[in-house]
Amino acid sequence: MSAPAVPEAPADAPVAARSYARRLLGRPELGSVVGALAVFLFFAFAADSFLRASSLSTVLYASSTIGIMAVPVALLMIGGEFDLSAGVMVTSSALVSSMFSYQMTANVWVGVGVSLLVTLAIGFFNGFVLTRTRLPSFIITLGTFLMLTGLNLGFTKLISGTVSTKTIGDMEGFDSARALFASHFTLGGVDLQVTVLWWLGLVALATWVLLRTRAGNWIFAVGGGVDAARAVGVPVRRTKIGLYMAVAFCAWISGQHLLMSYDVVQSGEGVGNELLYIIAAVIGGCLMTGGYGSAIGSAVGAFIFGMTSKGIVYAQWNPDWFKFFLGAMLLLATLLNAWVRKRAEASK
Amino acid sequence: MSALVRLADVSKYYGNIRALEGVSLEVHAGEITCVLGDNGAGKSTLIKIIAGLHRHDAGTFEIEGEEVRLGSPREALDRGIATVYQDLAVVPLMPVWRNFFLGSEPTKGKGPFKRLDVQLMRETTRAELHRMGIDLHDVDQPIGTLSGGQRQCVAIARAVHFGAKVLVLDEPTAALGVKQSGVVLKYVAAARDAGLGVVLITHNPHHAYLVGDRFVLLKRGAMAGSHAKPEIALDELTRQMAGGSELEQLSHELERAPVPDVIGGKHVEEPGQGA
Repeated sequence: MSAPAVPEAPADAPVAARSYARRLLGRPELGSVVGALAVFLFFAFAADSFLRASSLSTVLYASSTIGIMAVPVALLMIGGEFDLSAGVMVTSSALVSSMFSYQMTANVWVGVGVSLLVTLAIGFFNGFVLTRTRLPSFIITLGTFLMLTGLNLGFTKLISGTVSTKTIGDMEGFDSARALFASHFTLGGVDLQVTVLWWLGLVALATWVLLRTRAGNWIFAVGGGVDAARAVGVPVRRTKIGLYMAVAFCAWISGQHLLMSYDVVQSGEGVGNELLYIIAAVIGGCLMTGGYGSAIGSAVGAFIFGMTSKGIVYAQWNPDWFKFFLGAMLLLATLLNAWVRKRAEASK
Repeated sequence: MSALVRLADVSKYYGNIRALEGVSLEVHAGEITCVLGDNGAGKSTLIKIIAGLHRHDAGTFEIEGEEVRLGSPREALDRGIATVYQDLAVVPLMPVWRNFFLGSEPTKGKGPFKRLDVQLMRETTRAELHRMGIDLHDVDQPIGTLSGGQRQCVAIARAVHFGAKVLVLDEPTAALGVKQSGVVLKYVAAARDAGLGVVLITHNPHHAYLVGDRFVLLKRGAMAGSHAKPEIALDELTRQMAGGSELEQLSHELERAPVPDVIGGKHVEEPGQGA
């Protein structure tokens, strides 16, 4: 085929590549970065103690506990699905490792390993049922959410007799497990929890996967146009199941942190957290309908969450107001994202 | 020369419903086989069988002389059959270059460092589109921002690049204006000249006649005719396509039909009524 002489592109199209500013405008996380700056400045003025190193440490810790889960939840949302069971799955994961180790009087690491397998199996179940039945993920994971909530309470009462697990703080392997999941270290005068490292590591990994691997291309494709993806040979089922298992994997990390930082687990915990993860992902620029978003955005979303939840305390306001701020933030961020995206698309 | 694709007496049923019955067609390299039919004639079912989305229930389906029953679109692609659907199988929010390679992304590096060869992907996309005469200044723009004709051409360029031997096009001009349709037909002809066998599904006999070498007419799931270009004139093709005698009868009925009273009977006077 020889190249036809007349190009089909519109005559008014400039030959230069998009300018740097326009590229920036096209980033999904732009709106959230602006929002994060605004929240930061707001609390820097409203709360005197907000800018102290110890406050930063607290804010980062709060951000990381949400952020670790917001990363896979964002990937899943880019892939076009929800996981409402993500919050209680964290608790399930912690319960499994705690109770397995205690009942079998095994090394804590054995429980941690068993918990990984069980949690991944829950994630696989979510993905498998979704891809087989093609029901909305909202319904399926709502079902898993309720079932896990019941199982958490039921099994814990059955085995421990109370709503919390027995302490495993004196068991073999607990100290090394705590070092991995719930230790803290000092960096430049700031005392940081190890979860911050987990969080940043996961954000970097997810960003690499999303933008530079085939799997990342497939995640965008199954969320942005599932029929098109299937038609060009993208393994849709595998991609979606993989995403649910990524959520499960991160739930396992969060669950082990939960267990190792207190050495007991309350079986009723985790309910409602799934919405916080989704909020962080949406504030970070993920489109509810899929196909658009970023892992870095979810981190910024989680950071906004951390700043707001702790900033209110530092400003010495009544923390009862926190949820109101979170809701207002969600609305504002979503509006801002929509506005930015419209501007970005119009400027092309 | 043997046909690239040969269907003989192929049928497909959805439960009791006959979607396709006894359809035969051949696709040769460097030729365009047009499948014409009205809505519901079975064109989509035929495409889905060739593309590997559905299995046929009866008859034979041969690719390069070998009888097959395709289980998935991937299998069809591996045998050199690329299908460009009406919705183009593109993901609107994704950049052009990501769409171009979707499902067949080139990678470099090993093990955990295996990554997309982004530079190769961008450059290949730009070069292949340029070869088709589309000069995109930015392959990073979401493909949803391209015009319908451009998107169609990206989809065709993609199929050609991935070494398709047979290109199946589902109504490529259906949603396009006259000028854009012309551009797309030009690329269809270019693909034919490159030695591909093309199946062009359309309900527009004028477009079909411009580029087609063979014409297969479908009506309510069955074959209504099969002609090589020298055997049939455009008028005859149009007449058969439009339903021929059925259309004549319809025009008589329309002329005679009295205006029902509920919409005003004879008292209504509209300017364009005489047509």
